[in-house]
Amino acid sequence: MAVKAISDYTAVPNDLVENFNGMQLLYVHWVNHNMFCAPFTLLVSPDATLPEVFGSHIQPATAPHPESAKIDYEKIKWELNGEPFTPSQTETLVSQGIDHKSMLRMTTPGLNGLYNASF
Amino acid sequence: MSQNVFIAFQDNENARYLVEAISEDNPDAEIQYHPAMIRIQAEKRLVITRETMEEKINREWDVQEMLLDVISIGGNVDEDDDHFTLSWN
Amino acid sequence: MTAAKKLNLKQKYQYLTRNMDWEPSYQKKSDIFPQEDFEGIKIVDWDGWEDPFRLTMDSYWKYQAEKEKKLYAIFDAFAQNNGHQNISDARYVNSLKLFLTGVSPLEYAAFQGYSKVGRQFSGAGARVACQMQAIDELRHSQTQQHAMSHYNKHFNGLHDAPLMHDRVWFLSVPKSFFDDARSAGPFEFLTAISFSFEYVLTNLLFVPFMSGAAYNGDMATVTFGFSAQSDEARHMTLGLEIIKFMLEQHEDNVPIVQKWIDKWFWRGFRLLSLVSMMMDYMLPNKVMSWQEAWEVYYEQSGGALFKELARYGIKPPKYQDVANAAKEHISHQLWTTFYQYGHATNFHTWIPKEEEMQWLAEKYPNTFDKYYRPRFEHWDAQHKKGERFYNNTLPQLCQVCQVPVLFTKTEDPTSFSHCDTVHEGERYHFCSEACGEIFEDEPAKYVQALLPVHQIYQGKSGGPELPQVLTDYYHINIGEDNFDYVGSPDEKRWNEIKGIKPLNKDTDAA
Repeated sequence: MAVKAISDYTAVPNDLVENFNGMQLLYVHWVNHNMFCAPFTLLVSPDATLPEVFGSHIQPATAPHPESAKIDYEKIKWELNGEPFTPSQTETLVSQGIDHKSMLRMTTPGLNGLYNASF
Repeated sequence: MSQNVFIAFQDNENARYLVEAISEDNPDAEIQYHPAMIRIQAEKRLVITRETMEEKINREWDVQEMLLDVISIGGNVDEDDDHFTLSWN
Repeated sequence: MTAAKKLNLKQKYQYLTRNMDWEPSYQKKSDIFPQEDFEGIKIVDWDGWEDPFRLTMDSYWKYQAEKEKKLYAIFDAFAQNNGHQNISDARYVNSLKLFLTGVSPLEYAAFQGYSKVGRQFSGAGARVACQMQAIDELRHSQTQQHAMSHYNKHFNGLHDAPLMHDRVWFLSVPKSFFDDARSAGPFEFLTAISFSFEYVLTNLLFVPFMSGAAYNGDMATVTFGFSAQSDEARHMTLGLEIIKFMLEQHEDNVPIVQKWIDKWFWRGFRLLSLVSMMMDYMLPNKVMSWQEAWEVYYEQSGGALFKELARYGIKPPKYQDVANAAKEHISHQLWTTFYQYGHATNFHTWIPKEEEMQWLAEKYPNTFDKYYRPRFEHWDAQHKKGERFYNNTLPQLCQVCQVPVLFTKTEDPTSFSHCDTVHEGERYHFCSEACGEIFEDEPAKYVQALLPVHQIYQGKSGGPELPQVLTDYYHINIGEDNFDYVGSPDEKRWNEIKGIKPLNKDTDAA
């Protein structure tokens, strides 16, 4: 629906990719690990590969969790924006559809959080 | 489900008289004491009467004086020179 | 001798709101009140407007002056007696830090909002009610700052509330709530603030929390809280009156009002999630749990209210059931969020003491021990090892409510209720279906949101690194205002106060 307004109402989104100085946003949610209260927001290069982002951004983000060190990258099940996704090891993020403000959900079989509470 | 109206007052000297007056005019009202606050609820209707209040406080009392001590209300308000009423229809 | 008979309340109110108004003769009414129609609300007859309090200006000034005298007498006494030394525990002061940065600026925003809409109605009764409320809100903003200025002399984190409100990440939640309301039309503003916020939800903020302030020995706060709240009874009445008035004026208004109630109930509920953690975690002496407060002040009072409004064809808010189900979770989810981002706040966070955890377990038998106690025990053990947990990665924020995407599904409290949508080629993320629906209704409004996390990554918040953002942009003093309460300067000062009291003024401030 249009905004009801006293004159023509136009709006420019605040978070267009061009506002991020050549970088893009990527959200990552490690399923069943609610020690982290919400999905992460990462600032990444669209030209990086996912293994690179995993090493440079995701691992440092999850590091405080005791299960973090046990993650086997090969075994991660990924979802991209709600759909099952098999990432490429070599393609850049953007060339395999992981574009600005995409969300990756990662499930780590065998690692389901602590205390039977998805923590 | 019951449909309570309620009014909450600061627990101060005035409130003591208000509670006495309300209890007298609304025998079914339930009075709850919380830290620094008194909350009074009743099914559907609660009335504060100037005349009763004046008897309790032993001076002239303007219904709008309750504005000094009230914290919160629930219900439709009706106020005139003699009454302050809360009600659900 | 025949004296003129004194006017009664109804007559006085009639003179003020009808007889002192006039019909314009050389300007069109629609030019004088240009914002009255565009929202689609149809008003047939403004004479249908009644303010049940029938407060006239002379009475208004008289009673407000009386309230101020009482209030400032208590502030003086509190300061002269070093009242801050008599609170339950210095952890309590952190709830005031959140209040001063999160709530007091909203009072000021409300003052601006009511000043604006008070100009926009062609009915004089509504204009008068809005004008009085505008003055009330300004008073609340001022008295809150005065009350807390005493705490600012003795505790950290209270030094720059207005700037923090504009800039600090979590304070965009209250700020954007009011910006959303103030940028709407006058009728939506009143539905948002007077009805949904003041009437339906504000009791949850002021009543149990202020009663809690009393229970924690803070006479200054309980007094400003209840003094403000005494105006609130009038504001709430305005809220109910505007809703009934719109619904009675024209049947076409019903679906518009329903949509606004659905939206603003949810926006207010999300905003109050901050209050839930204040009540359950930040008050050392606890009065009632958030869940209990929600049951009394929303489920019972709101139930009675919406039963009343059913006659007009109004249904309870669309996502009410989700909100009701969340009462067992949100305070814990919020506190664990602030705990892990406690390096980026102007207040301290901490692990609840064992007796507090027992209280929480008792109040939340279905959820606390199962989902939340393990978190605290884990983090407590980490802290004792010298590895206090902080989440060093920024969270995803909801495009609408701006709270981190931390809320969980009703049917599965371990799984986030995140959802997303693509609008004109851009993807947007939400904490819940309800926030997503608010976006879908007015996407052009919410695509402009300044989400603090994104602002940081755009380089617009003082610099690329978090310490610069905190110090240069947020004005948070690292090592003083933030981090755990344990080991903080506040804790040290409090221990000194308790150890060597009575303290004289000179050494106290050191």
